[in-house]
Amino acid sequence: MRIPGIPLDTRALAGAVPASLARVDREQWVEAARRVRESHGRIAAFWGADHRDLDAAFSVFAAYAVPDGLAILELPVASAWPSYPDLSGLFPAAARMQRAVYDLLGVSAEGAADSRPWLRQGAWRADEFPLRRDFDSAARREIAPDDYPFVRVEGDGVHEIAVGPIHAGTIEPGHFRFSVVGEKVLRLEERLGYTHKGADKRFEDFTIADGYRLAGRISGDSTVAYAWAYAQAAESLLGITAPARAGWLRALMLERERVANHLGDLGALGNDAALGFAFAQFMRLKEQWLRLNQEVFGHRFAMDCIVPGGVAADADDAQRAAIARQAGAIRAETLELQNVFDEHSGLQDRFITAGRVTPELASALGISGLAGRSSGQAFDLRVDFPADPYGELGVGKIVHVAGDVAYRVRARFDELYESLRLIELITSRMPAGETRSALPAPAPRAFGVGWVEGWRGEVLVALEAGEGGRIRRGHAHDPSWQTWPLLEHAVIGNIVPDFPLINKSFNLSYSGHDS
Amino acid sequence: MIPLILKILKTRMVNEDAPATREEWRVRAATIEDKIVKMLGRALVIRHVDAGSCNGCELEIHALNNPYYNIESLGIRFAASPRHADLLLVTGPVTKAMEGALRIAYEAMPHPKLVVAVGDCGCTGGIWGESYATCGRVANVIPVDVAVPGCPPPPTAILQGILTAIATKTASTPGP
Repeated sequence: MRIPGIPLDTRALAGAVPASLARVDREQWVEAARRVRESHGRIAAFWGADHRDLDAAFSVFAAYAVPDGLAILELPVASAWPSYPDLSGLFPAAARMQRAVYDLLGVSAEGAADSRPWLRQGAWRADEFPLRRDFDSAARREIAPDDYPFVRVEGDGVHEIAVGPIHAGTIEPGHFRFSVVGEKVLRLEERLGYTHKGADKRFEDFTIADGYRLAGRISGDSTVAYAWAYAQAAESLLGITAPARAGWLRALMLERERVANHLGDLGALGNDAALGFAFAQFMRLKEQWLRLNQEVFGHRFAMDCIVPGGVAADADDAQRAAIARQAGAIRAETLELQNVFDEHSGLQDRFITAGRVTPELASALGISGLAGRSSGQAFDLRVDFPADPYGELGVGKIVHVAGDVAYRVRARFDELYESLRLIELITSRMPAGETRSALPAPAPRAFGVGWVEGWRGEVLVALEAGEGGRIRRGHAHDPSWQTWPLLEHAVIGNIVPDFPLINKSFNLSYSGHDS
Repeated sequence: MIPLILKILKTRMVNEDAPATREEWRVRAATIEDKIVKMLGRALVIRHVDAGSCNGCELEIHALNNPYYNIESLGIRFAASPRHADLLLVTGPVTKAMEGALRIAYEAMPHPKLVVAVGDCGCTGGIWGESYATCGRVANVIPVDVAVPGCPPPPTAILQGILTAIATKTASTPGP
């Protein structure tokens, strides 16, 4: 993929994603970042790898979303004093990714404004790095909680509210530090990393063929998106394609995952604004939805159903008919519930203007996915770079500009209806045929990438093969990396009691981010 | 307001059209109430702690509150503080970063401090095992009464786990 105005020695990557990989030097690294920023590109993911045993260097990888696809740049970094030119000055979203890369690999960004630890949480020493190949993962370590320096807000009447890591409900763990005056939020600072399970290191224990199981457990509510992104990466690396029918089944599962999450979120958002009716109704619909998943795919969330080379589940004629019938029934009920939402002045009073994100802010922070599309960022991989069968399906892109809770709710309704339409199309048009291709042995150092529009946003998986079919380096990127910093901006000036509602309107992943 | 009320009325009829699920729950409801009353003399209060889960188990715990499982109708509800809880419902392989917080929550509970570990990760460490980042299963950090397998376990299994924890306790500590 081309970065405008800069010639690079790029190699096109095989597979469903239009992507390229280019090895660059430091000057090209800096110049490419500047050009991408100038042409309104985004940083899609950032990670590093220990290549010292191969070419006496570490590597850092920046994946940029550019107009014609995904441009991945690899910068080799000498192992003696491992550092690279900072990207966070141009891409604010890169700041936490760079801090994470330091915690895990010990390669630092030169001159980055923020060099505090991000994922480490005192679980391993500051001078040891889990993704270095000589790291001993099994060694016993004393946990030494570090004294994390939060940014203090000074002033008359300013006080702090510390929340977490254990939150009040059935929610993932994380820490929020609010600086408030009265009930007004002056500043929110997040601290995450509590659910860090060492996914990137754990990938090394899997083969290219079976790593989909780990990918599908990085963020449980997006298991289909992760498994598909993993399968794309594996197929890209192996140079194979999945059979046509498998693509249709994957899209069916992904759209069903989108609908399940939107149903749950709509119920929870109503509930957070004190409309318990919404929770009962939408959770009832979600339960019906998950039960049909169980019947058809053998799992309520279709976990482990997408595998490299195809799918491990199928839907026969009767099942597809049931799916189409259910889509119609859920649409009818959701329309009724949307009417209740729209007519409920108390609910709208809580939703409208709460947690507003302007398109300018969303653009500056490089936001995509549901949150981005609610604030004028018209990116949807299913439309922009459609993997089969999305090109044939023709997805309608849902974009709003108001960017408040009301419009993130509205976007969920709109996307839900569009997904139901797609599901009906898929069930009627799905081609017959095989559902799984055989996997050849991967060549050592082969590289592949996958990029899927999950319900929350863009999930990216990058894979590098090792010896004997193993994964040498696996990296999975959750869209929450970009969107968590946005939440800090979205709550400024709102009242503390509106935070749960604003937070829920994004519903970001802790586990996907911390992984 | 009128569409809302109409929807509630319409929905009730729809629920009555699902006899298999409802019959199943009635039978269980009767058993549970007895056991809870016998042991605690009041409703069971649960505090959930995500100690590092992928969020899959959380989705199924949420589902316990939907009209199909309607856990509150069984006298069981979720509390915000471990100080108000009879039972700790723990998900995930316990990450190193959550180990301390989980211990604090457990210590804060009043006795009898029932603990149910939910999901393959909570039972065994699951796909993550033990590593630089995780302590593995919940029992490696705090005492566990019941471990519910599954990835994630469906809501019914989680409920069974909760009920098993109460039953076990009743059997092992006979009343005065």
